[in-house]
Amino acid sequence: MTTTIVTARRQFDDSFTITRALATGAYDGLKKALAMTPEAVCSEVDQASLLGRGGAGFPAGRKWSMLRKNPTTYLVINGDESEPATFKDHYLIERDPHQLIEGVVIAAYALQVSQAFIFIRGEFALGLERVQQALNEAYAHGAVGANIFGSGFSVDIVVHPGAGAYICGEETALLESLEGKRGFPRIKPPFFPAAIGLYGEPTVVNNVETVSNLPWIVTNGGAAFAALGGGRSTGTRLFALSGDVNQPGVFEVEMVKRTFRDLIELPELGGGVKGGRRVKAIIPGGVSAPWFFEEHLDIPLGQDEVAEAGSMLGSGSVVVMDDSRCMVRAAWRITKFFSRESCGQCTPCREGSGWLERILYRLEHGGGRIEDLDLLLDLCDNIAPGLTWPPQQTTICVLGPSIPSSIHAGISHFRDEFLAHVHDGGCSYDR
Amino acid sequence: MSHFSSELRAKAEATVALYPKKRSALIPLCHMAQGQDGYLTEEAMVEIAELCEVTPAEVRGTATFYDMLHTDPVGKYVVGVCTNIACMLNGADELLDHAKNRLGCAVGATSADGLFTLEETECLADCDIAPCVQVNHRFVRATTNEAFDQLIDELASGQRADEVPSHGTLIRVERSVGLEANPAQIQAERKAQAEAQAARAEAAK
Ligand SMILES: Cc1cc2nc3c(=O)[nH]c(=O)nc-3n(C[C@H](O)[C@H](O)[C@H](O)COP(=O)(O)O)c2cc1C
Ligand code: SF4
Ligand code: FES
Repeated sequence: MTTTIVTARRQFDDSFTITRALATGAYDGLKKALAMTPEAVCSEVDQASLLGRGGAGFPAGRKWSMLRKNPTTYLVINGDESEPATFKDHYLIERDPHQLIEGVVIAAYALQVSQAFIFIRGEFALGLERVQQALNEAYAHGAVGANIFGSGFSVDIVVHPGAGAYICGEETALLESLEGKRGFPRIKPPFFPAAIGLYGEPTVVNNVETVSNLPWIVTNGGAAFAALGGGRSTGTRLFALSGDVNQPGVFEVEMVKRTFRDLIELPELGGGVKGGRRVKAIIPGGVSAPWFFEEHLDIPLGQDEVAEAGSMLGSGSVVVMDDSRCMVRAAWRITKFFSRESCGQCTPCREGSGWLERILYRLEHGGGRIEDLDLLLDLCDNIAPGLTWPPQQTTICVLGPSIPSSIHAGISHFRDEFLAHVHDGGCSYDR
Repeated sequence: MSHFSSELRAKAEATVALYPKKRSALIPLCHMAQGQDGYLTEEAMVEIAELCEVTPAEVRGTATFYDMLHTDPVGKYVVGVCTNIACMLNGADELLDHAKNRLGCAVGATSADGLFTLEETECLADCDIAPCVQVNHRFVRATTNEAFDQLIDELASGQRADEVPSHGTLIRVERSVGLEANPAQIQAERKAQAEAQAARAEAAK
């Protein structure tokens, strides 16, 4: 059995209720943390080497250390989860809101923050209700609010709904949205809201899964967390598996100990590719990530391992496409997403995404020309010069430079398939 | 004269009080106004502007950026079909075609009876039960044409009114407390904590 950290209450249908949560140790980690000094809590998190679970994989301890010196601060939890095919925070928000709240209070204590916000994607109506309900209960239980458990530490938490915009997952856009504005990412530097964040004040932004790990880390110690996984990738991670697999879902897996092949094939995980087909391509870390192919299946699920192979573990989602799938159509759909969700501030991203989408559409629907392949790559090069990974940036945020990932991967790996769309006057795949 | 009902007005004022800057309540208030009226009316935007101490144009400017905020009337039920990658691989485009036929309207339009507005959405983060359909932001898990038809029948006859409230109603659980930690107390706590930390650092030398 692998250790479960954030899905420990998975077996219970009522895991979101305070009764079940308290019966299974909720807020014990918080009580332990409050008996420690804030520096000691930070040091456990440092030792755990907890990497951020939102996409960039930045160590939580390092991020926090930038803030410890500054007095006035806010803590903002990123529950905007909208990277296509990512649905693990959705799981944590609906299934274990008390674990999330406990994690938020632990982080607030470590950072000595007196106001925290949990930003939840607006489309999660049930999740918003569950977290608000849990928060009301937590206040009544004395776990949030004034003088928590008699410790002399106080923090207020506010649940804040999004309103439907992918870009608000980007932390500076999220802060703009939280200030009642359009979700426009802010110009960098400063690179971290720890310098200038909400209302211009130092702010830590952490992902839902990142803070959901904190109760376990405090209870069991940072060293126990670091003993799981391997290299820089410690602990476990949630993987959201979807597409052409028999058992799509959210799985908690010890980092590095399993490979993409294990995730897709093991009976207790993905249960194999649908219809016993072969893998044609997988998208390893959200649609912003370059694709992997059959030869990458034995790469371990670790941050550095995936980065070395030229992609990213990103948001912890894996989409499987079997050998009957059309790669032009997949690249077109992903590009359409970026085109719809570009916030419009930067010309390469705003215009480029629309052009790319229309060219891919015409290839897929029979209007493609042979020059389109070079045109696609040229446009991609204008958005992310050199088409390297990680990408060069010409734009305010990395949404723009993420657009070429699927197109570049598709054309370099399946050039024949793109050409066939030109020669055959459209798509010859059924699915 | 308030456009918000007195109950909503009180709720809105309590929400504004939760934020260090009033403007931060703008989006939550837009959701609440949609809950009352079904969409974001001109009158509501004026009232939100007053509550958040911004101009009505700023409210409109923010609201029009977001997919969930409608500044024109929509049906009682907004049906969203996700066609992003995981759903596409599971037949989302076919389901969306079926939805257009069944509701008799195009994407972005409202059915003749005024009940349903159809939208094509991006990933809704429920990709393991694909293709994903939401009605008024509730996951209804209708993945086949048959299940979709049944869903529409049940919504039309009012059978699912508990599960799926009218458009705009987002969070049916009210916050039960205001802010508890008052600034003076926080300052005292933080000062005590900082002094204790300095003493520990001194002792460690
Ligand atoms: C376009 C874009 C979308 C993002 N979407 C999300 C998201 O939905 N959820 C999230 O936690 N982080 C998202 N991020 C990453 C955040 O900017 C930020 O790095 C993260 O929330 C920090 O939390 P962590 O350090 O705990 O991972 C996104 C980044 C970009 C550039
Ligand atoms: S890269 Fe795209 S999404 Fe990011 S700020 Fe520029 S236009 Fe907006
Ligand atoms: S791709 Fe449709 S819900 Fe994620």
